[in-house]
Parts: sequence; C-alpha cells; structure tokens
Amino acid sequence: MAYDKFTVVKSTAVPLPIENIDTDQIIPARFLKATKREGFGDNLFRDWRYNNDNTPKQDFILNNPIYSGKILVGGTNFGSGSSREHAAWAIYDYGFRAVVSSFFADIFKGNAINIGILPVQVSPSFLEKIFTAIEADPKAEIEIDLPAQTITIVASGESESFDINGYKKHNLLNGFDDIDYLQAMKDEILSFAEAKAV
Amino acid sequence: MANTLFDKVWDAHVIRKIEDGPDVFFIDRHFIHEVTSPVAFLGLESRGLKVMFPKNTFATADHNTPTINQHLPVQDPLSANQLKALESNSAKHGISHWGLGNPKNGIVHVVGPENGITLPGMTIVCGDSHTSTHGAFGAIAFGIGTSEVEMVLSSQCIMQPKPQSMRITVNGKLNKGVTPKDVTLYIISQLTTAGATGYFVEYAGEVFENMSMEGRMTVCNMSIEMGARGGMIAPDETTFNYIKGRELAPKGEAWDKSLAYWKTLKTEANATFDKEYTFDAADIEPMITYGTNPGMGMGISKHIPKATGLKGGVATYAKSLAYMGFEEEEAMIGKKVDYVFIGSCTNGRIEDFRAFASIVKGRKKADNVTAWIVPGSHIVEAQIKEEGILDILTEAGFTLRQPGCSACLAMNDDKIPAGKYAVSTSNRNFEGRQGPGSRTLLASPLMAAAAAVTGVVTDPRDLMS
Repeated sequence: MAYDKFTVVKSTAVPLPIENIDTDQIIPARFLKATKREGFGDNLFRDWRYNNDNTPKQDFILNNPIYSGKILVGGTNFGSGSSREHAAWAIYDYGFRAVVSSFFADIFKGNAINIGILPVQVSPSFLEKIFTAIEADPKAEIEIDLPAQTITIVASGESESFDINGYKKHNLLNGFDDIDYLQAMKDEILSFAEAKAV
Repeated sequence: MANTLFDKVWDAHVIRKIEDGPDVFFIDRHFIHEVTSPVAFLGLESRGLKVMFPKNTFATADHNTPTINQHLPVQDPLSANQLKALESNSAKHGISHWGLGNPKNGIVHVVGPENGITLPGMTIVCGDSHTSTHGAFGAIAFGIGTSEVEMVLSSQCIMQPKPQSMRITVNGKLNKGVTPKDVTLYIISQLTTAGATGYFVEYAGEVFENMSMEGRMTVCNMSIEMGARGGMIAPDETTFNYIKGRELAPKGEAWDKSLAYWKTLKTEANATFDKEYTFDAADIEPMITYGTNPGMGMGISKHIPKATGLKGGVATYAKSLAYMGFEEEEAMIGKKVDYVFIGSCTNGRIEDFRAFASIVKGRKKADNVTAWIVPGSHIVEAQIKEEGILDILTEAGFTLRQPGCSACLAMNDDKIPAGKYAVSTSNRNFEGRQGPGSRTLLASPLMAAAAAVTGVVTDPRDLMS
C-alpha cells in the first residue's frame, strides 16, 4: 500500500513498559470486521484504553494528555500472537510512525515495515534509558534517523544504532512496497512456476 | 553441507535471493478467509491487478461465522459483509470458495489437510498465524499479514528472509493422560512465549514419530505461541496413510511420483541446526495455563510460580496474575470453572472429540459449566455423529455446535463473559482473547472434559480408567 516515506522522525514518545504486548491487546478481534483499512486507530489498545461503557480508563497512558508523539515505546516481545495486520494499521492510523522495543515478534515486525511503520529494535539497557528519560520528562524527544540507522535520546545525546536490511530500508526511504518489486519480476515467477509444475 | 528438512523445502522455493534483503519465495498453496483478505482484494483492485494463479488459492469462511443456525442469514451486519466480500472476491477471481453451508466448510487449518490440499514439501501461507498447523505434513507453512496476502494473490510470492533453524527433540514415551496439547504447552512453558522467535522449528524424536497426524497438527499449530514462524515434522508412513485417498490429494501415477519425492524430505543425519533443545517425555504431565500468555503453563500437579523466581518482568507477571484473579504459589486443581470450550484449529479434530468423550462417557455435565463443543469442520462433525460420540455427549447433557473458529477468538457471538473462567482447548490465553474480560485456562481435550464434568479444574488422570 502507499504510505509516507520514512526518513527522520524526531518526536516525543508514548511509553508502554509492558512485556509481551500481543496483537489481541493492540486491536481486539471483535474490531477486525471492517473491509477497509482505515479507522482502526480509534480502537487501538481498546480494552486497556476504555471501560466497558466506552468511557476512557484514566490510568491508561493514551488517555493521559501529557504523553503524545509519533513514537510508541513498548516492553520486550512486542506484537506477539495473531498475524492480524490490523494491529499495525491501528498503530499507524493512531499517528505512530515508529515502534521501539528490545524485541519484536516476527510477523508483527514484517507487517509494520510493509505498511510504513519502522520497528526499531534496541538493546534492553537502551530501552530502559528511553523509559527513564520519558519518565523524567514526558516531553523528552527521541530522534530516529533511518538513513543513519540511529536512535537518539535528544536531551542527553545518548544514541544507539539499529539493524534493518538494505532492501527494506530502501523501500521505507522511498515509500515503495514489495508488490512493486514482485510485479517487475513476473516473467521470472511464471518460468519458475512452469518449471516446478513439470 | 548436509541439509535439514527445512532447508530442502525452503531452498526449492526461492526464486531470487536479494542481496542484503529477503528471498523472493514461491508459494504453492494459499488459504484465505473472510477477515484478513478483503483489504488485500481492495489493494489488487486499486492497482488493477489480477490473481496470478487462482487455482492455488482456497477460500473458506471460519473466523466470524456463527456456530448455531448456520442456515439462517448471519445477524451481525459487519460479519455478513465480510462473508459476502469473501464470496464475491472469490467468484470474481475464480477462487474455490467453501462458504457457510458448503459441506466442506470449516476452520481453514482443519479443512486444508482433511481435503488433501496440504501436502509434504509444499509452501503454504494464510493470513492467520496458526497456518503453522500444516507443517505437520513436512510443509513450510506460516501466517502472513494482509499486505502479504495481496502479494501472494498478485504474484504467488512473498518476500521473506530465511529464518534460523531450531530442532526440538522429545524422546521417550508419553505418560498416561498426556496428549499432544500437553507436549506443546510443556515445550512453550520451557522456551517462553518468545523463545523461538526468528526460528523455524523441526520437531523430532520418538514422541512425534509415534504421534497421529491430528496430534502433529496440534503441536505444529502452537509453534507460533513460542514465537516461531512455523514448525514442521518429517513426513513418514503416518503422513502418507493420512493423505492417501483424500479428495484433492494426488492419485495414480501422480501419487507414486509425489510419494517418491516426499520420502526424500528428511533432515540428513549430520545436518546442523542454529539451536537445539531436547526434552524427555517422562517429564511431561497434563498441562494447564495460569496466566495471560501460552508460555505461562505448568503441570497440573504444580503450583503457580513465584514472580521472584522468574527472569525479569515482575510487574508484567503481577499484572497477568491480577487479571486472572490468581495468586503466586496457588494450585490450579479445584479452581471453579464457568465455561469449557473444545474446538479450534488447535484441538477441533476427530481425535480431540474422541478424547473428550472418553472422559465424559457415563458422567454428566456439571451444572455450573456452560460447554461449547465446536467441531473444526463439517467432516469432523459428521465423524462425531458416525462414531457415536454425539450420543455420549447428548447423554451427558452436552450439545454440539456447528463448525467455526468460535470462542477461540470470539469474533462471533461465542464470547466468554467478563471475569468468567474458561478451560479451553484453543491456543491463546491473552487478556480478552475469548471475550472482553474473559479468563482462559489453556488445556487438552482430556483436561477440558474433566473440568466440564466436575465443574472445577481437575487432573484428568483421576477420571481415567
């Protein structure tokens, strides 16, 4: 799908220091009934964010106006469970462009990159530093520089580099997706399929 | 270098290796369902693309379908809309569609194998993480996101970096009352919910060699619950016997040719894995989960672990136990149960209902328990009737529902109410998975049956002759 190019994001961040945040929490199954991909942000973290009567839960971070930004920071093993791409759509639709954690579940990580969200995997100690920095100052800025592959806590200047393969990096920087690539090699796919069927 | 089963199947499907990037990976079989496919078809339309190989894609409705009165129009307009989209998209693109009312309808990971669509050596994907189920046949099978569904529809390929390899060997003989579900819950409890992330698993050893195809599917199904993209088991006579004669399986000359190839699909003796684990079957007892991820499981005779004994995550652990309403060091035996759910792509096959019935036979459903008994497909439903299992269930006060994913993810009306406890044979005990506020105890069909007739968490071995 088409998404905005990702280069450098400098923003405040929303901390969610919980481990094993699964995609059922990010977007519960009962909200997967749309046949279009827009609007899922309203139900991001639905059951942590709202009471049964749809009033906001005051102690949940997304309901605290002090915290905002384009970067979501989660505990280790972020995005485990279901393959629902709706989880990534909800995060994007809410306004996040990057998710930072010390470990990501595979399918979520792939889904995120495919729709233009950058998953930034940092060391456990750097993740702690980010949480500490935001705790000390909810307006603390984080800078994610995709061309340089670095993440920096702006106030302290503490920085770490992160991995991403060259192909996916190129896609994100240019707003390309895999379908463009695959369409361009259709003949090769056809010959492969024909050879395989023999 | 000697090859693993995984290497053999993976490498045979790579069309192009991108330097510093993923492999362009060819897909043999693509399953689609109503929830994760509509947006992929929208994407195709907006790009003006067609489905490249419609005969390699199979559609079935399962995630949001009702499990009663399937002959009536679906009440929920949003669900009905998704079902309609699956039907019309399939018709438009020439894809075989097994919708509600079709005798082949059922849960995608049940109907694929039982109709002979799933075969050894294949690559199989679906917009559902439990696609790992099909690995039981020696296939590479895994769940994908909707963007990838669109890729497979339009090009029969996805872009995937090759995962690392892991072998999990379980030696010895299983104890009484220990089922394939217990084996997988035990492994996940040992590895944790993220212990196999980044890996593709091969299950090996005597326990899996002696397991039925239904059991192997249960084990491979749960691979994703320890983070693995998938799990697979080398095909053998058990596999070949299961496949032979199934409707869409190869026949005649094609069968002989396929069989010769399938017999080559095993890991070479001196092949190496990036990671290996070995367990002893004797250490496994009937398992139950007490927390909010599938790694939080323990033997039924044990007590809930103390947070201090765990690696990190004390606050998350405390949050999990608070959600469940449990305390550290408590036993699970004797805890009150409100609901029992048997079904899902994990435990919705005939063998699971046989196990359930073996405990229920001659007993009565406990008054405090609401039980949802949901076959994985119409074929399983028919077997339940033919084998007399329905009579045993009816006699004990249970009713049989119609096939679908049902309370596993509660997209339809089968929702466990807030605060209630459900012993479930499904695959996930996440917060709210079975309905907002629901509390799930994952277990085997035997454990589910024991809870259903006693009304409390019960060691199934106490009810076995």
